[in-house]
Amino acid sequence: MDNAIDVEKSFNSKLEKNDFVEPKDWMPENYRKHLIRQISQHAHSEIIGMLPEGNWISRAPSLRAKMVLLAKVQDEGGHGLYLYTAAETLGVSRDELLGALHTGKAKYSSIFNYPTLTWADIGAVGWLVDGAAIMNQVMLQRTSYGPYSRAMIRICKEESFHQRQGYEIMCRLSFGTDAQKEMAQDALNRWWFPTMMMFGPPDKDSPNSEQAIKWRIKRETNDELRQKFVDRTVEQAQFLGLTIPDKNLKWNEAKKGYDFSEPNWEEFYNVIKGNGPCNKERLEARNKAHSDGAWVREAAQAYAEKKKENILAA
Amino acid sequence: MTTQEALFKYTLRLGDTSLILAQRLSEWTSKGPFLEEDLALTNIALDILGQANSLLEYAAKIEGKGRSADDLAFFRNEREFYNTLLVEQPNGDYAQTILRQCFIDNFDLLFYQELAKSKDETLAAIAAKSIKEITYHVRHTSSWVDRFGNGTEESHTRIQNALNELWRFTDELFEMNEVDAVLIKEKIAVDLQILKPIWKKQIEATLQKANLKLPETVFMQTGSRNAKHTEHLGYILAEMQYLPRMHPTAKW
Amino acid sequence: MSKDSQGPLWEVFVQKKAGQPFVHCGSLHAYDKEMALENARDLYTRRSEGSALWVVPAAAIVASSPEDIGPFFEPANDKVYRHPTFYQIPEGVKYI
Repeated sequence: MDNAIDVEKSFNSKLEKNDFVEPKDWMPENYRKHLIRQISQHAHSEIIGMLPEGNWISRAPSLRAKMVLLAKVQDEGGHGLYLYTAAETLGVSRDELLGALHTGKAKYSSIFNYPTLTWADIGAVGWLVDGAAIMNQVMLQRTSYGPYSRAMIRICKEESFHQRQGYEIMCRLSFGTDAQKEMAQDALNRWWFPTMMMFGPPDKDSPNSEQAIKWRIKRETNDELRQKFVDRTVEQAQFLGLTIPDKNLKWNEAKKGYDFSEPNWEEFYNVIKGNGPCNKERLEARNKAHSDGAWVREAAQAYAEKKKENILAA
Repeated sequence: MTTQEALFKYTLRLGDTSLILAQRLSEWTSKGPFLEEDLALTNIALDILGQANSLLEYAAKIEGKGRSADDLAFFRNEREFYNTLLVEQPNGDYAQTILRQCFIDNFDLLFYQELAKSKDETLAAIAAKSIKEITYHVRHTSSWVDRFGNGTEESHTRIQNALNELWRFTDELFEMNEVDAVLIKEKIAVDLQILKPIWKKQIEATLQKANLKLPETVFMQTGSRNAKHTEHLGYILAEMQYLPRMHPTAKW
Repeated sequence: MSKDSQGPLWEVFVQKKAGQPFVHCGSLHAYDKEMALENARDLYTRRSEGSALWVVPAAAIVASSPEDIGPFFEPANDKVYRHPTFYQIPEGVKYI
């Protein structure tokens, strides 16, 4: 009984001291559950995120663009991997996590349910979507759970090239031919509001935020991050000579930030529910890859067993 | 045929083969049998695409008409490509992709080890760099051929089918024509006929270890040395080239 | 087929440069030793982060318990004479 109080005290003091919680430490069941959900959602997002961008690898318009895009999509797969293994330290298997994704039970970032219709979309995704993701990720480097924090540090190191790649594409297009400029503006028109939705519903509609902040699983609120994102990105759009598709976008001197329109939250909830433009296709693609690959995994398993590799023997 | 013309065609052959192979391999990205392997194959695709880029850059330089590697990749048509037929074949299942890669990796390792001795410094340098990458590729694909051959009944059947399907494109890897003759005289190119028995022996050993049998009667396909391809290349190029062709003055 | 977890879990240690320690940098799934090593190379050293790799089956690792922190590690805190800062060296003395 004393021990129960001790371990809880120890856990709380870790949080207070900005210390890290490691896999073998005691943790509240809620904390464990919340982490599993958050880390695995993040992992699923990386894996699903490979699809809209992978869509343009075969059609990249230069050899360098093709190489860079391949490397980026590969990084995303790697990020998914780091995160799945971080989640596994909490007592859940990769098998279970993938099962939840493939059956549609698990959530992933809504943004990846939108289609990449032109090459400019690849620029917009790198610039806006990765830009938004980076804001979330930077704060998670100091999250309380050790394996999650270490995975995020690794991810952040690799992420900065992703946003640069996207913005570079937007620059080429914005300063290119008329057709390229139009392509860039069109992509911005379609990706702007969905990106804003990436930060989640307004604070007043987000009940979990407070606990997550206490647990250092979250450092800033949805609205705070959204505001920061808009403030940073408006100037970047201005440099490109592109117009952000929000008639209410206006500098507010008093708050030293931009006023902007709320995204269409009805659209957001619809997409979360599974009614977005690509939800079905994304899940079908992952399910197909998984089932097509079953015989490969079985073969690898059988081979390892046949070789009776006693990997734990001296 | 002048040395310059021969060198241009020779380098195109190498660059095109790498380019089309990389294009095929990258079709697997995000569709791999499991995550770690998805990354591994993408790594191989990236290495090969890098080789393609170096080779096509050099080819453009040799041509001396002010074209770039991108111009060569995106603005030549079906009868101007010199990649081998093997690399334009569809990926098929993972066994077929791995087996094709195994053939190419074993060939490339032997080939680049010889090309590293070329009197042409640029080709020799590209070869030297590629050897490091390909040594790793060979390791990866040979392991998988073994796993499939000695895995389950299904994996064995699939890779045996792959062998039956792809073997008819392998002789072409060693074909030589006037281009090779001119350049071998200059000690620039590699004598592929010398490599052929070595490659065959290596492949037969790998196949035997995997319990696979070579198809009995095979008519070897040919044509790419004269830019006569299978119907697959047209589709590959249509997809790969469409965007720059749609905006011919644009920079990307 | 029972669990399809893509092989057992392995822990990866990377050595940046010869002479430096091997540092844990993450985990992966692989079916056999060869695959584990190759996958580790692809996953954790793409950006030239290392010159050597160890892969260890996670099941082989024996770890201390958080409860051990006291008895295992605290006695070392008391023995300050093991730390160079315990000793006062006069200023100006080099190489020490």
